[in-house]
Amino acid sequence: MIGGLFIYNHKGEVLISRVYRDDIGRNAVDAFRVNVIHARQQVRSPVTNIARTSFFHVKRSNIWLAAVTKQNVNAAMVFEFLYKMCDVMTAYFGKISEENIKNNFVLIYELLDEILDFGYPQNSETGALKTFITQQGIKSQEPYGCGTSHLQHQTKEEQSQITSQVTGQIGWRREGIKYRRNELFLDVLESVNLLMSPQGQVLSAHVSGRVVMKSYLSGMPECKFGMNDKIVIDKQGKGAATDDSAKSEMGGSSGKQSIAIDDCTFHQCVRLSKFDSERSISFIPPDGEYELMRYRTTKDIILPFRVIPLVREVGRTKLEVKVVIKSNFKPSLLAQKIEVRIPTPLNTSGVQVICMKGKAKYKASENAIVWKIKRMAGMKESQISAEIELLPTNDKKKWARPPISMNFEVPFAPSGLKVRYLKVFEPKLNYSDHDVIKWVRYIGRSGIYETRC
Amino acid sequence: MPAVSKGDGMRGLAVFISDIRNCKSKEAEIKRINKELANIRSKFKGMLSSSQGTSLVGDKALDGYSKKKYVCKLLFIFLLGHDIDFGHMEAVNLLSSNKYTEKQIGYLFISVLVNSNSDLIRLINNAIKNDLSSRNPTFMNLALHCIANVGSREMAEAFAADIPRILVAGDTMDSVKQSAALCLLRLNRTSPDLVPMGEWTSRVVHLLNDQHLGVVTAATSLITTLAQKNPEEFKTSVSLAVARLSRIVTSASTDLQDYTYYFVPAPWLSVKLLRLLQCYPPPEDAAIRGRLSECLETILNKAQEPPKSKKVQHSNAKNAVLFEAISLIIHHDSEPTLLVRACNQLGQFLQHRETNLRYLALESMCTLASSEFSHEAVKTHIETVINALKTERDVSVRQRAVDLLYAMCDRSNVQQIVAEMLNYLETADYSIREEIVLKVAILAEKYAVDYTWYVDTILNLIRIAGDYVSEEVWYRVIQIVINRDDVQGYAAKTVFEALQAPACHENLVKVGGYILGEFGNLIAGDPRSSPLVQFNLLHSKFHLCSVPSRALLLSTYIKFINLFPEVKGTIQEVLRSDSQLRNADVELQQRAVEYLRLSCIASTDILATVLEEMPPFPERESSILAKLKRKKGPGMVPDIEEGRKDKNVNGGMEPISTNATTKTSSFVSTGDLLTPEPPRFNRPRPVSSSSFSFLPAPLMPLPPSGPPPDPTLQSTPSPSTDLLGLGGSPALSSAPPSSSAGGLLVDVFTENHAPAAPGVPMGPVADDNFSRFVCKNNGVLFENQLVQIGLKSEFRQNLGRMYIFYGNKTSTQFLNFSSSVICQDSLKTQLNIHIKPADPTVDGGAQLQQILNIECVSDFVEAPVLSTQFRYGGTLQNIAVKLPVTLNKFFQPTEMTSQDFFQRWKQLSAPQQEVQKIFKAKHSMDTEVTKAKIIGFGVALLDRVDPNPSNFVGAGVIHTKTTQVGCLLRLEPNTQAQMYRLTLRTSRDTVSQRLCELLSDQF
Repeated sequence: MIGGLFIYNHKGEVLISRVYRDDIGRNAVDAFRVNVIHARQQVRSPVTNIARTSFFHVKRSNIWLAAVTKQNVNAAMVFEFLYKMCDVMTAYFGKISEENIKNNFVLIYELLDEILDFGYPQNSETGALKTFITQQGIKSQEPYGCGTSHLQHQTKEEQSQITSQVTGQIGWRREGIKYRRNELFLDVLESVNLLMSPQGQVLSAHVSGRVVMKSYLSGMPECKFGMNDKIVIDKQGKGAATDDSAKSEMGGSSGKQSIAIDDCTFHQCVRLSKFDSERSISFIPPDGEYELMRYRTTKDIILPFRVIPLVREVGRTKLEVKVVIKSNFKPSLLAQKIEVRIPTPLNTSGVQVICMKGKAKYKASENAIVWKIKRMAGMKESQISAEIELLPTNDKKKWARPPISMNFEVPFAPSGLKVRYLKVFEPKLNYSDHDVIKWVRYIGRSGIYETRC
Repeated sequence: MPAVSKGDGMRGLAVFISDIRNCKSKEAEIKRINKELANIRSKFKGMLSSSQGTSLVGDKALDGYSKKKYVCKLLFIFLLGHDIDFGHMEAVNLLSSNKYTEKQIGYLFISVLVNSNSDLIRLINNAIKNDLSSRNPTFMNLALHCIANVGSREMAEAFAADIPRILVAGDTMDSVKQSAALCLLRLNRTSPDLVPMGEWTSRVVHLLNDQHLGVVTAATSLITTLAQKNPEEFKTSVSLAVARLSRIVTSASTDLQDYTYYFVPAPWLSVKLLRLLQCYPPPEDAAIRGRLSECLETILNKAQEPPKSKKVQHSNAKNAVLFEAISLIIHHDSEPTLLVRACNQLGQFLQHRETNLRYLALESMCTLASSEFSHEAVKTHIETVINALKTERDVSVRQRAVDLLYAMCDRSNVQQIVAEMLNYLETADYSIREEIVLKVAILAEKYAVDYTWYVDTILNLIRIAGDYVSEEVWYRVIQIVINRDDVQGYAAKTVFEALQAPACHENLVKVGGYILGEFGNLIAGDPRSSPLVQFNLLHSKFHLCSVPSRALLLSTYIKFINLFPEVKGTIQEVLRSDSQLRNADVELQQRAVEYLRLSCIASTDILATVLEEMPPFPERESSILAKLKRKKGPGMVPDIEEGRKDKNVNGGMEPISTNATTKTSSFVSTGDLLTPEPPRFNRPRPVSSSSFSFLPAPLMPLPPSGPPPDPTLQSTPSPSTDLLGLGGSPALSSAPPSSSAGGLLVDVFTENHAPAAPGVPMGPVADDNFSRFVCKNNGVLFENQLVQIGLKSEFRQNLGRMYIFYGNKTSTQFLNFSSSVICQDSLKTQLNIHIKPADPTVDGGAQLQQILNIECVSDFVEAPVLSTQFRYGGTLQNIAVKLPVTLNKFFQPTEMTSQDFFQRWKQLSAPQQEVQKIFKAKHSMDTEVTKAKIIGFGVALLDRVDPNPSNFVGAGVIHTKTTQVGCLLRLEPNTQAQMYRLTLRTSRDTVSQRLCELLSDQF
């Protein structure tokens, strides 16, 4: 179990230090600083073992969060907790920065007391936490003091409800929520990862996606979520066509009928027993924003862009690079924030770039040519060519030719996932599925999207 | 160095550095550096293209200033830990600049970043050469500094010849001379072989007379190093150094201006001069000697003066000179008055506030104590030292105090010192306890006037620090008690009393068990320590002890049966109990069974002979001392024995008997076990029939009263089980032939090749592995804890070549390494051996190879001896090993048919030409192994010659320079009887004899 939790700034100064167990001493704080933050070689592993003590760290901008333990803990659990904690802190006071952490240290200690108990993670659901840790965070943009004056005053009844709710069966939603307009937002966020050979052969590709939901629903509604999961579709295809309408409505537009999901995880509100038996996703949603599920697919991925590199070495002092990118999706859709990064050799002494679209620049500090395009429609093509001058060095090492990487954002799900339906039932209150306003949005982003050259 | 003017500040560099300092994260820093590197690359690129004449439009050649700035930035980036793979050329260009600052940066870059990059080294060397030959002293200095900073072999090769010239040239500036001297020193340290010695050496000595004190200081350092290597050449420096020293010492503090440091005149130079003088014995010329004594006295006098400044620098400088002077006094060890004064001075420091001073004072006193002149003076400080031991906070100082007490101890104060050390032991730091224990044990033994006191002390020692008392210590007590009749009774009584304590250390039980077993009868008269009480007391400890101690106690019990027949029944009862007879430990079980049988069957007479009192042990160097030496590393222990041998009037400690073999009995082996160096039993010992009465042959591996932790027994279980079969035979009273008993003894121990302990000089010639080399040419000839000597040899006709590999197994260097081959008188004419001299040093972990060329002139019998000497730590090690150069190495195999063989066999039929030997097989009689051995012996193995296929027949010719000797051999094994018959026929009787000896040993 987690023995202690420390938050450092970029210099290695301790901002927050919370020790849960006696086996972690102050020297652990220094050990992490010396061996990881100030290490001569950059430490890439998120888990470091120093003197029989394990340090699990994540970095948010310039802030280091480190969980420390002497025991053999489940590392995945610790990281899940650390990420969750980042989410909670973001929900309370916005961006995690040194200034924000310093301003909110009382709140952070209070949160740490609540979400970790003797090193065991507890309820870390933001919605639930906000009901009893009612301090508002101080956001750096706001003038000081503005947030704290906004304390909610709760009646005794509400306070007694908190206990039953936190300890009860449905810890993520309190009762008696009322909205005039019942509304929900569904975002399918995906990141697509690719490694491609110079000849255009896919070496590895996978999509990791999240379904994020924001719900403003009254009462204790029961929701049911459907998507074009291959197993469900096949089962239904064989059985009676009960959901014909839904199928024609949502899944019919895409050429692909169903997708194969490799693995998925759900928010704690989803009834797993029902998923196991019927593969239907039904749940009582928390109030506000939360992540309903996470999944990963590796088959039949739509690659939004194709990168075709051409590198030619002209003598020892010159290098010619030509890169073509092709967009590979419906012409009606627009990709945004496109950025191609072409690495340059370490002995580059000058670069000339010509591109037809967007802006390209040699960034010496990153040893790369960065080519940015604001917008690009589907089924288009664009090209850049660069001439790189090299300084002859006495180092005989050959340039390793790191891959060309790319960033973009597209308005569809590269995995092919489609939301088929999201039904809401609230038997006690008088609103039906049709009264709920539903919004669905797909965003596909690039993860590590690389092509070798 | 000229001050950097304001305009020369390199603003760009300052901005870059402050940018980097302001970076918030590592990533930001790397980004900034990448940006800067790209900038520098583009700048250098421009320069490159313009210098090549293919100038593009807009390119401008870099001026010296920017070049300097960029090289500086590169250097800074490199020092931050990033790789730099360009810019070397630009730096080399800077070297040819005429501006000091540019040249300086160029040299700085080269010194830091240079690697043996072939094309650049040439350019760099060229630039350095130019600067060296320029008349500008600053440039010369820069070049010299660069050579010294790099200090590589390449640099030494290029400039080792030039620098001495600059150093002794008359027109060289002082500052350049200074640098040249230090540069030469550096090159001499890295590659001494490349620095030529020549006529300049005498002129270097005269630099000690130089006007400029800086030059003198630099030259002194150089001369000290050189003088350590060839003292003869620099002998003249002594008088010059003394003169210089006396001038400094007598000068007023203001005379030397710049070289006066906090009112101390030229402290560094003084220290160096004093150190130089320590390379030489006291000067023979009386005048110089007087002058030196005067100087030293003045230094000692000055130490008495009140300090001229309260600053710590003043006292540090003053004390540095003083301590160096004292070590010179100690080194000379010839002026009693000075030694005594030095000692008194150090005595004052013993109570000084500064911990460092106290430490140094104690350390210097340790060496003073070993000088006969100052030993008494050191002794006067005993109270202070003891006080330091008790009150000192720093453990390293306490350690030194212990060392000093050990060094100053003699007969007069031993009781006090040992008592104090024992007192201190109770609270001592764990890290130094074992050492103190050893020291107490040695001192108590060495200066014991009264052996009752000695016994008391050691028992006390075991009581206080039992866990730190090593085996050697209690072995030693027993040796001494057994060798001295007068303390035996007292020892028995004291031990008995000590054992009565409810909890006593196992070592005490061991000592108690042994002593009561031997001398329990001496105190049995007292009803309080009657035999039964003694036995019960010992047996009450039995179950708390480890197996070796229990085994010892069992031996004590059987001794008790002999000493006190009245407790026989009780003891037999104990031995008969299941916990003994069926003990899981083989050793204990065997002892119990055998002792029980012995006590039941044997008559009292036999018991009395078998279990007789131990004879006195042969004296040898105290094993504890050897252990202390090993612990501290050779040379670290001031050898009291050597220092004041004449004072040692302790008759009891003189060797009682030198020849251990004359007292051959099973006890000899047990006695030997008490020393850390197990004896080598590879030759049968002469067992005289008169000594047989001591020999309980079947029980031999279990010495009736031997100290039980018997390593030979435990390491060689198989012979002991063999003997167990014999032990079961009822042949106790009917004596087996003594010769076979002797043989058995040999067998038990033949496998016991224990390496000699380091630090103990190898007296005898080691030949353990000699016989193994008769049939093979390669292998390990000798091995101990320091060194391994391996061999690889090849022989053709009468010539041979042998490669000897000396492997240094330690991590320290062997110094003064030398080896030679010694041939006994007659062998000199028979064998020509040429040995190539080897390197005088062998690095730790390294291997040294030496080649030996051998020519056989005529047939020979003896083997040459390889004698190796080296210095490890401080002690001289001497190893002598028999080299396996035997006659059979010069065999050339001869193939022949059956017919030929028997024809020649008949020709060599004269009685003196044939030698035959019948012997028992020592190893298993495997045909293949035997074949391999015969082939390895050098002869051709002839198949299907002998009518009996199991016989082996061989033929060969021995080549010597003078003659060739044909040789035929025949080996007939008899597997039933486990015997061999070996027949050899050669044309020369001595050859037959020798070959037969060699070969018969192999089977």
